[in-house]
Amino acid sequence: MVGTKCKTCGKVFFPPRSVCPHCRRNGKIVEYKCSGKGEVLTFSVIHSASDQYAAMKPYVLAIVELEEGTRMTTQIICEPEEVYIGMPVKSVFRVLDREGTEGIIHYGTKFVPNLA
Amino acid sequence: MRDVAVIGAGITAFGELWNTSFREMCTEAGVKALEDANVAGEQIDAMFVGSMSAGRFIGQEHVGALVADYVGLGGDLHIPATRVEAACASGGLAFRQAVAAVASGMSDIVVAAGVEKMTDVSDATDVLAGAADREWESFAGATFPGLYAMIACDYMNKYGLTREQLAQVAVKNHYHGAKNPFAQFRSEITQSTVLKSTLVASPLRLFDCSPVSDGAAVVIVCPFKRAKEFTDTPIRVLTSTQSGDTIALHDRPDFSTMGATVAAGNSAFKQAKLERKDIDFVEVHDCFTIAELCAIEDLGFVPKGTAGKFTEEGQTQIGGKLPVNTSGGLKSCGHPVGATGIKQVWEVVQQLRGEAGKRQIDGAEIGMTQNVGGTGATVVSHIFGRA
Ligand SMILES: CC(C)(COP(=O)(O)OP(=O)(O)OC[C@H]1O[C@@H](n2cnc3c(N)ncnc32)[C@H](O)[C@@H]1OP(=O)(O)O)[C@@H](O)C(=O)NCCC(=O)NCCS
Ligand SMILES: [Zn+2]
Repeated sequence: MVGTKCKTCGKVFFPPRSVCPHCRRNGKIVEYKCSGKGEVLTFSVIHSASDQYAAMKPYVLAIVELEEGTRMTTQIICEPEEVYIGMPVKSVFRVLDREGTEGIIHYGTKFVPNLA
Repeated sequence: MRDVAVIGAGITAFGELWNTSFREMCTEAGVKALEDANVAGEQIDAMFVGSMSAGRFIGQEHVGALVADYVGLGGDLHIPATRVEAACASGGLAFRQAVAAVASGMSDIVVAAGVEKMTDVSDATDVLAGAADREWESFAGATFPGLYAMIACDYMNKYGLTREQLAQVAVKNHYHGAKNPFAQFRSEITQSTVLKSTLVASPLRLFDCSPVSDGAAVVIVCPFKRAKEFTDTPIRVLTSTQSGDTIALHDRPDFSTMGATVAAGNSAFKQAKLERKDIDFVEVHDCFTIAELCAIEDLGFVPKGTAGKFTEEGQTQIGGKLPVNTSGGLKSCGHPVGATGIKQVWEVVQQLRGEAGKRQIDGAEIGMTQNVGGTGATVVSHIFGRA
C-alpha cells in the first residue's frame, strides 16, 4: 500500500494526497509505503448495495485506522458477526468487483482479521 | 448588505410521482410560489435551481435553463438561471445564492428552486454514492446508508444510544409527516415498525432511512424593504451560513460530530446575535435517523450524546421544547435530494405565517434550517424570523 507522507508535519496519507491539508504550501509530500496493519474504528454490514456490489452482500464495510495514523474506508473479509470495533486487521489485495462475466475485473485493497 | 425576505413559497407533493415529469414538477411548484408572492414574471431578476444529479437520474443537464423555460421565465424574458449543486444540500445552497444575490444588491426579486426526480432510475443507490468520495469510499463498497450506519455504529458505541431511542426519531417524524398533506409517507408508525423493518446497513433499517423520492419546491426572495409590496406576511432571513468539511467520512476526527454543522451553527448564532433558546423549531437533515440526533447536538441545542434521550422524552415533537422536522423531515416527507433544502425553507415559512395547519407550532417566531450535502462535506443553515 503506497501512500504519501508530509515531511514537514510527519502525517501519512492513504488515500494519498499531493497537498498536505495541515501545512498546505509549507508541506513537503513524498511517497510512503504503509505497513497495511491497522484496526477497525467503525463498521456496518451492508445488506442493500448498488447493482455493482449486489452479488457480494451482505458484506462488511469499515473505516480502518492504519498503524501510521491515516484512515480509510474499506471492506473486511470476515463473517458479519465476527467484526467489532477495535478488531486488528491487515491489508490484502482482492477483487473489488467485476463488470459482468467477461468485463474488466477491478482489484484493490481489502482487509482480513489479524488476530494473534 | 441588504436585509432579505421570503415572499412566496410553493411545493409539489413528494413521493413516487410516476406520471409527473421533472419539468412538470418544477412548473407546479414554481407557479404556486409566484402566485403566493403575487409576483409577475417581468419583475423577476434571476433564478437559482438546486439539483444534485439530474444528469444521472433522468439524463438531463442544463436544468437551470430548462426549469426557467418551463416556469415561463426563459423565452420571452431571458431571465438568467443558474444550477447549483452540492449533493443533498443543493436546494439549501440554491436558496443561499438567491439570498446573496438580493443582499448584495445585484438583483431584487429572485427565485430559488429545488428539484429531483429519482424514481425513474433503476440504481439510485449508485447515483447517491456520488455524493461521497467515489474513488475512496464508493469504490470500496460504501453506500449512503452504509456511511451513516458507520456514524451510528460509532455513536452508539461512544454514547450508549439505544436502538429504541434511534427508532423514536422515525416514529416522531412519521407522526409529524402524517399531518403534512405534501408528505410521501402520511402514516404514523411505532417503534416496532422500525425495529422489525429490513436491515439496510446495520444498525440502520428501512425505517431509519429517507426514501427515494420525486418532488420540487420553490421560494421567492426580495429585499426586505420591498416585501410589503407583495405580501402581508414576509419572512425575514436573519442569517445565511455555509460550512465545509472533508469529502470523506474517514478523514473526520470524530465520526459522530459533523464539523461543518458545528461551524455553520456557531457562525449563524453569532451573526444573528441569538441564543439557542431563542429558536422555536428546526428543520434538520434527517437523511437517516442518526443524522437528526447529530444535527441537534452539533447545532448546540443539546449536549453531545444526549439527543437520543431528548427525543425519547418527546422534546422534539410538536409541543416539546424544540420541535424538530414538523414537515415530517426527510424520513416521512420524502427526500428528492435537490428539493429538500427548499422544502425546509417552505416549511419554516408555513410555520412562521401560522399556516402549517394540523402541525402548527403555537406562537412560532423564529425557525432554523440545516441542510447537509454528503456525509457533511457541505452544510447550509438559515435562520428566519417573523417580520
Ligand atoms: C432504504 C432504501 C435502500 C430502500 O429502497 P428499496 O429497498 O429499493 O425499497 P423499494 O423502493 O423497493 O420499496 C419497498 C417498500 O418499502 C417502502 N419504502 C421504501 N423506502 C422506504 C423508507 N425509506 N421508509 C419506509 N418505507 C420505505 C416502499 O414504499 C415499498 O413499500 P410497498 O412494498 O408497500 O410498496 C432506499 O430508500 C434508499 O436508498 N434510501 C436512502 C436514500 C439516500 O441515501 N438518500 C440520500 C441521503 S443524503
Ligand atoms: Zn504537513
